[in-house]
Amino acid sequence: MSFISYLINGISLGSVYAIIALGYTMVYGIAKMLNFAHGDVIMVGGFTIFFAVSMQGLPTFAGVLLAVVLCTLLGITIEYIAYRPLRQAASSLAVLITAIGVSYFLQNIALLIFGANTKAFTSVVTIPAVKLANDQIIISGETIVTIISCIIIMIGLSLFINRTKAGQAMLAVSEDKGAAQLMGINVNGTISLTFAIGSALAAIAGMLLCSAYPSLTPYTGSMPGIKAFVAAVFGGIGSIPGALIGGIVLGIIEILGKAYISSQMADAIVFMVLIVVLLVKPTGILGRKIQEKV
Amino acid sequence: MKKFKLGKNMKDNIITYGIVIIAYVIMQILVSTGHVSSLMQGLLVPLCVYVILAVSLNLTVGILGELSLGHAGFMCVGAFAGAFFSKCMKNVITFGLLRFVLAILIGALAAGIIGFLIGMPVLRLRGDYLAIVTLAFGEIIKNVINVLYIGKDSRGLHFSTKDSLSLGLEPEGDVIINGAQGITGTPKDSTFTIGVILIILTLIIVLNLIHSRDGRAIMSIRDNLIAAESIGINITKYKLMAFSISAALAGVAGVLYSHNLNSLMATPKNFGYNMSIMILVFVVLGGIGNIRGSIISAVVLTLLPELLRGLSNYRMLIYSIVLIVMMLFNWSPKLIDLRKRYSLKRLLKRTREVQ
Repeated sequence: MSFISYLINGISLGSVYAIIALGYTMVYGIAKMLNFAHGDVIMVGGFTIFFAVSMQGLPTFAGVLLAVVLCTLLGITIEYIAYRPLRQAASSLAVLITAIGVSYFLQNIALLIFGANTKAFTSVVTIPAVKLANDQIIISGETIVTIISCIIIMIGLSLFINRTKAGQAMLAVSEDKGAAQLMGINVNGTISLTFAIGSALAAIAGMLLCSAYPSLTPYTGSMPGIKAFVAAVFGGIGSIPGALIGGIVLGIIEILGKAYISSQMADAIVFMVLIVVLLVKPTGILGRKIQEKV
Repeated sequence: MKKFKLGKNMKDNIITYGIVIIAYVIMQILVSTGHVSSLMQGLLVPLCVYVILAVSLNLTVGILGELSLGHAGFMCVGAFAGAFFSKCMKNVITFGLLRFVLAILIGALAAGIIGFLIGMPVLRLRGDYLAIVTLAFGEIIKNVINVLYIGKDSRGLHFSTKDSLSLGLEPEGDVIINGAQGITGTPKDSTFTIGVILIILTLIIVLNLIHSRDGRAIMSIRDNLIAAESIGINITKYKLMAFSISAALAGVAGVLYSHNLNSLMATPKNFGYNMSIMILVFVVLGGIGNIRGSIISAVVLTLLPELLRGLSNYRMLIYSIVLIVMMLFNWSPKLIDLRKRYSLKRLLKRTREVQ
């Protein structure tokens, strides 16, 4: 029975990873850059909710909405100021380092405003835990909310991409920027939209993450950010179903590894699995293999 | 009489060595006249460590053209291998310098071997996938060292991954690597002078490699893999060569680092991906493929937070803003155009004035 609880916890953690990984994978698919600051947008989302709900006493819904709006604006601003000027740069490393700079910047802003000590985050979820099989399996409210949000986001996002004009424009830009521009697509606008969606998702992920693991520091976002990045690569970076699969598999491996093998080695196990997958399938589980032409 | 003529490369190299030596001499004079605060003096060895790391990572990123985010992992291997050796041999080899040189060789060898073993499967991947796998390996190395327990007694070495009690040591036995507590009591052999000598050795290795036949082969892989392959360059061999040399040099930096500390622990701060990223920042900001740039940016970026210490909490904020602005200024095509235009105007003005 404990195996099933671990499994559910793993899926819950994996859902958070999947939501974060979506942000990575969409941005990578379109802008071809690793947005290292994505993890810190999660942290900003968490702090916004903490500030609004715990410090100002706003209702939970308003706090979450505020976080989503703020993170969306933040994502667009970061893209506009820090990444857009470097889009045509000679080396793709330049924008990577800028992203690292942005990540440091966000961490230190949070450090200045809220200080370095850990904040206790009150969970925004009020749904009671569900007990199954004579109380042997307890599914917390956070877990339920996380898994349901993940499902809603996945369905919404795939509908958005496949059914709307803006979504199709995103696909076109990720396929071929130049050709998309010739077809009259506003490339800059589409990239901004991608960052907006990714950052809004990061805010939601921040809420879910901090509700499940109720502690908040300026560095809260960085390790989940890296794990989600691993999940995105694992599933095949640039692929949205890949992010879901990668995230969930990663979450399950991490929780099971912690429970059955060694809590200290859990991260190592996660990374080991990633390496094995990439060595067998170098572009991730659902990644497309691109033939190199001479 | 043999004609002695300096090639362009040679001149360039001599300037690089010269900068290091002059900086060393100036620093030594400042230290001996008491113009350097004790805080700054404590930074001198880490400075050497970062310079070696930046130069060695530039070999992978700049010369081989592959992005590696696991450089701190190799440094970690070198640090622990070197410190392990030094602690074991503390009473056997009492001559500090010899023990330290041996420790450096062992650290370099260990990191080089790990680099070779990791590089063999991993270098098949390209671009961002390679980056994430090197990051993963760096984290794995750190994690494994955190659960590793090694003890020594009269019966030899004992290994465990549980705790120091399960080593089953004799009462007079000695725990050398104590899991997450790491290695304590490493002899403090690192000095600024040794650090600078190691920097120069690193430079000699890297610069000579770049300007050799092998180096040109490595750079041809960076510039065009398929073209390089088609003219018969053994891609795997040269990739591995650059990668393992880079790892071995990171190991040297690790040994230097570990012998500067009383207790060596593998924490996310010193050997995690944050460290790897920091080294990458040195390399990119100094100019990808530019060795001299790596040295300068490593020194400047290490000193910058210390120089800004007066601003207390704002220093890392300023550091991050400087980083972003520098990157935009250096790499943004629009800004590069702007800079070119202005410098051209100036040039034209000057020539007109001359006429």
